[in-house]
Amino acid sequence: MPAASEKKIRVVVAKPGLDGHDRGAKIIARALRDAGMEVIYTGLHQTPEQIVETVIQEDADAVGLSILSGAHMTLVPRVMELLREQGADDVVVTLGGTIPSEDVKELKELGVAEVFTPGASTQEAVDFIRGAVRS
Amino acid sequence: MATTDHRGSEIERWERETFGAAPERDAPFSTMSGEPIKPLYTAADLPADADASIGLPGEYPFTRGVYGSMYRGRLWTMRQFAGFGTAAETNRRFRYLLDHGQTGLSTAFDMPSLMGYDSDHPRSLGEVGREGVAVDSLEDMETLFSGIPLDEVTVSMTINAPAAIMLAFYVVAAERQGIGPERLGGTIQTDILKEYIAQKEWCFPVDPAMRLVGDMIEWCSSHMPRWHPVSISGYHIREAGSTAAQELAFTLKDGLTYVEQAVARGLDVDDFAPRLSFFFNAHIDFFEEIAKYRAARRIWARELRDTFGARKPESWRMRFHTQTAGVSLTAQQPLNNIVRTAIEALAGVLGGTQSLHTNSFDEALALPTEEAVRVALRTQQVIAEETGVANTIDPLGGSYFVEALTDRMEEQAYAYFERIDQLGGMVEAVKRGFPQHEIADAAFRYQQEVEAGVRKVVGVNAYTEGDDRETEILRIDPAFEVDQVQRVRSLRERRDSERVTAAVDALVEAARDPSHNLMPLLVEAARAEATEGEIVSGLQAVFGSYREAPVF
Repeated sequence: MPAASEKKIRVVVAKPGLDGHDRGAKIIARALRDAGMEVIYTGLHQTPEQIVETVIQEDADAVGLSILSGAHMTLVPRVMELLREQGADDVVVTLGGTIPSEDVKELKELGVAEVFTPGASTQEAVDFIRGAVRS
Repeated sequence: MATTDHRGSEIERWERETFGAAPERDAPFSTMSGEPIKPLYTAADLPADADASIGLPGEYPFTRGVYGSMYRGRLWTMRQFAGFGTAAETNRRFRYLLDHGQTGLSTAFDMPSLMGYDSDHPRSLGEVGREGVAVDSLEDMETLFSGIPLDEVTVSMTINAPAAIMLAFYVVAAERQGIGPERLGGTIQTDILKEYIAQKEWCFPVDPAMRLVGDMIEWCSSHMPRWHPVSISGYHIREAGSTAAQELAFTLKDGLTYVEQAVARGLDVDDFAPRLSFFFNAHIDFFEEIAKYRAARRIWARELRDTFGARKPESWRMRFHTQTAGVSLTAQQPLNNIVRTAIEALAGVLGGTQSLHTNSFDEALALPTEEAVRVALRTQQVIAEETGVANTIDPLGGSYFVEALTDRMEEQAYAYFERIDQLGGMVEAVKRGFPQHEIADAAFRYQQEVEAGVRKVVGVNAYTEGDDRETEILRIDPAFEVDQVQRVRSLRERRDSERVTAAVDALVEAARDPSHNLMPLLVEAARAEATEGEIVSGLQAVFGSYREAPVF
């Protein structure tokens, strides 16, 4: 738990594209909030533009993208591009979902800090985000 | 009664002396939904009026099965959900499955099609053909079923918000095969309430969406006697994280709500109820699932007969499709998923399902490869041909445990019905987010149990040593999207655009009048080759669109 003097970590949890599978995103959002972070859940069907706008408006330290539709190789690179364009590429980007291992490699090369695939625990996500933001 | 008391004290003695002689192992001894399970069930756990409440197969209250002969007469339909890429690609997969012994088709659509977007819409970028097949128009529907005799094969289509549109495309595609709608057998999912609750695929706000469901039920009751206009679903509710009791309660309540609304528009319950169908999950907690299906049949029969006054036994029959739980599959050690799917499929069969989809072992990672789906299909065939479970009807009937669990599930469902009624009914409950909250809470609770190690998941938090060789997964060729975008654009150039505009305008005008059944005009728009996106945008101009208030 952060010390009383430390600012709360601000995380946007987002569902990009048309994917409606929100079970994981909602669980992660709750877990991050229970761990003492400030969580903004965007809800479903967000465009990359909308997500990046939210990240910037909310002055987020991190964004957790959740994609189980197979469209991640279009949506995530677009989010990364927009964050860079808008000077927000210090935001820690994490991704969760049904992401094949070859794609994980490519996405990390694009700047995604970590990818959480099926079986990952909420604790792993909490620890990673806390560690990545504070460093 | 003396016998019960005697039995009761016998069991107490047994529990104290014989069972209690050794310590219990450290395990939750509850179902995955949290229902505590006793060490032993006996005759004392059967209902007092066992004969009446359990009944006989094919007779009210249908606890033991909807048909008199069940699998002695005919096995369940083996109906694998399939779809990816373009219509041509999926047509190939359909034919592969039929060649390998599948007995019915089931169509998975891609996200743009599910959400009412054409493949060339900006929101469709990167999504075309990924979660299912892209269908933008009548032409795609024709290609999808090319070479497949629609009067001989039953077809299921998993589509909800734009279901009326897809049904129109299907009806006209069949028309072009020379087959009238009255000869078409199959199902279209249509169950919009569960979309707001769980699957989250929508085009319009709740009320106009419910109107479209009513239009479909009404139109099908007079034009498509062999067709199921709705598949009232619990599968997705369960996948979203609900308990078995919530899946049962919310699904049946959704169904009862459609019945209510159809009756409110003046339909005779016996004219449409026989064509309603259901769709449940088969999760990994074996006996809980079997009890769930049996309770579902009994509850539905009672409600239709006693609450709605349906007179035909066909109206009381809760027929259902089952799919094994996608959410139970693991990315770790994927071959273990073959075992999970087999056990779940067995639960569906012992529960008396009318049709069954078995997941493939690679589905925690991607859509199934041909090899994986073959194993999934063979799983059903092994159950049907080798295990002997289909030799007798409802083999678990009379089991002390199964009957007790069936009764318990029924009790829990009615408790939920009451809460929902207190909120003003299911539509109101959905608008207020009640089922959504219940599901999110159950999902979180389950995740906590897994992370605490209380719920074991083999390969994930137990027996994690070893992994299978790198599993080859299905990759969706990005060329599909390019092709499909070209296809829909070329269609728009070729067709009679005046006819399209006239058809869509007429539809939009009629949409303003809630008492105007839109199906005939949708069929006309399908004939005019309007695209799905054009029809949906037209309707959204009248109905509006929907945005969920994000809660977690």
